Parts: sequence; structure tokens; C-alpha cells
Amino acid sequence: MAPAMSDIMTPDAAELAKDAPGEGRAPLAEGTAEHDLFIGLARLGDNTLILGHRVSEWCGHSPVLEEDIALANMALDLIGQTQLWLGLAGEVEGAGRDADALAFRRDAWDFRNILLVERPNGDFGQTLMRQFLFDAWHAPMLTALEGSSDDRIADIARKAGKEVAYHIERSADLVIRLGDGTEESRARMQTALDTLWPYVGEMFIGDVTDARLASAGIMPAPESLRSAWDASVDQVLAEATLTRPESTFAHKGGRQGRHTEHMGHLLAPMQWLQRAYPGARW
Amino acid sequence: MSNEWPLWEVFIRGQHGLNHRHVGSLHAPDAELAMRHARDVYTRRNEGVSIWVVPSSEITASAPSDKGPLFEPSNAKVYRHPTFYDIPDEVGHM
Repeated sequence: MAPAMSDIMTPDAAELAKDAPGEGRAPLAEGTAEHDLFIGLARLGDNTLILGHRVSEWCGHSPVLEEDIALANMALDLIGQTQLWLGLAGEVEGAGRDADALAFRRDAWDFRNILLVERPNGDFGQTLMRQFLFDAWHAPMLTALEGSSDDRIADIARKAGKEVAYHIERSADLVIRLGDGTEESRARMQTALDTLWPYVGEMFIGDVTDARLASAGIMPAPESLRSAWDASVDQVLAEATLTRPESTFAHKGGRQGRHTEHMGHLLAPMQWLQRAYPGARW
Repeated sequence: MSNEWPLWEVFIRGQHGLNHRHVGSLHAPDAELAMRHARDVYTRRNEGVSIWVVPSSEITASAPSDKGPLFEPSNAKVYRHPTFYDIPDEVGHM
């Protein structure tokens, strides 16, 4: 019988935190500016971490060598951005946790990524569609963040923006080629779109933390990115001859730490080494 | 295999290089994707500032069996190398 998640997670993070220097200090109080900023940064960094990990699962399995390398490049871009976002989150938190500690020694409910990025890869079309739907949000998000009142955030957004400009160019082009492709590829892309559609709404639903970050000019309100996203998604779907689903139903909760059953299965292989050998280096 | 994408040759001009140099080949369905693949496969370590992609089928190559007639005659013609006269220092780099 496969071990249950609770078995894998023992010894738990609190026990490990006691051993790690500087960790385990009092957490930031909810509602403070520091806590808001920490959550905002975790939402950014967890999106790129979890999507980066998902994309990296293709390494060695892509349909062709060229795509394999392209996907690995993109996964590395996303993990690199994660280091910056979570590194800054750890700094803001001031409890001695660095990007690695946040990535590898938090439990599922501490992650703040949207549910879309933890969706399993499915077929190649589903992976590309997920990437495109995310990129179409990621690009305007980073553009908005370049104008953040926090210079550290603006700097990271400028650097990541160049990478993401390429990501969306690539994912949009492939969605168009496969959508407006053969009967088979078109059917797969439409299925991918229909399957992932209930997970796009979460990107644009803000909470009180978002509202405070937006009013401080630190991060844009999630709702404000909708029109840019709609415009680029509609244009690409039209070129791809795909039909935009009409439903506005949105699964949500990821940004508040409530994840789908896929999250634990993703974290287990991603975190096991640091869980089994805390602080291991190479 | 007939359903495999056509082959492309990739040429890259390095950071300080003057000429594009052949770096390898890849498969792609068209020029646009060949360019993108070339970027992804061959410039990961900041190798280049410019990329050319050429369909391999557009390249006319000399036949290996012609090696003798084509190249061997120049073997013994050392006088074709400009090494038998002194270049004045004032000329500088040539």
C-alpha cells in the first residue's frame, strides 16, 4: 500500500524547523504590511515554482528533442524567477527562511499558487494550453509589477518580463499551430481548453490582502489584469479556431492555501530529499 | 521517416565573432519554428547575438569521394601561402 501523505510528511516541518538555524521564529502577524507582502510574494513565487516543476516533469518525455529542450529551458526560467520571488519573501518574513526553505519545507496548505498551475500535465496539448493561459496572465502581471512602489519587486519583474515575453510568444504560437492544425490536434486543444477553463477565473479574484497590496501600489489588483488577458486569449483562440467556453465558473482556493489532491502528489517527489535530509547540499 | 520534420542547419554569430558559424542542426516544420528551436537548443548559454537557419536540403555539399581531385592538388603548392615575403611592420594587422 502506498504511504498516506501524513506518513510522508513526518517528521513534520515544525520539528525540522527547530533544527534549522534561524527558523521557527514567531510568524508574521496577519494583516500587517509585512505579512501582506510575504503572501503577495509567495503567490508569485509559488506560481512559478509549481508550474516550473510541472513543466520540468516533461524532461526526457517530450514528443521531440527540440521541444524537450525548450520546455526544460522554460521550467528553468520559472524556477529562476521562483528563487527571486521566494528569496525576497524570506527576506521580508525575516525568520531566516531562504527560497529553498520555503520551496522544500512548507506543507501544501502553506503554498499560495493558483490551482491552474498544479493541474497535472495531461497530454502535450494540455501542457501547452495551461502554459498559454498562464502566460497570458503572467506577462501583463509582470508589466504591472514593473511599476511597483517596491523597487525590489519592480527589479525582479523587469528581469522576469524578458523571459516571459518569450514564453508567451512561444506558447501562443503553438496553441495556434495545434488548434488550427489537424483534426486530431484541434480536438485535443479544444479538450485541453475546456478542461482547464474552470481554473482560469481564480487568477482574477482578489481578496483583502490583494486589495491592501494594490492600494499601497505594490502589486496590481487581480481584477485589473482581466481585460488584457481576455484580449490576448480571445485573439489567440480565434486564430487557433478554438471555441472559448462560455462558463464563468471558477475553482478557487489555491491563493489562500486550499489545494487540489494533486498538490500533495506534486510536492512529495519535489520535496522528499530536503524532507529526508534537511539542509542537504551538493 | 516521412512524418519527421525537415532538417535545418543552424549558424550562430557569437558575442564577439565576426562571422556566423555552423553549430549544428535540428528538426522543425518551418523556418519560424526552426529559428525558435535554434534559440532554445543552441543559445542556452548566451552563445550568440544572431542566428541563421537554412534548410539542410538547400545546401549543396561536395561529395566525400571527390576529396582527391578537389583538395589534394593544393597540398603540394606551398607557394600559394603568403609566407615567402616580409610584411613591413607599418602595414599593421592584415
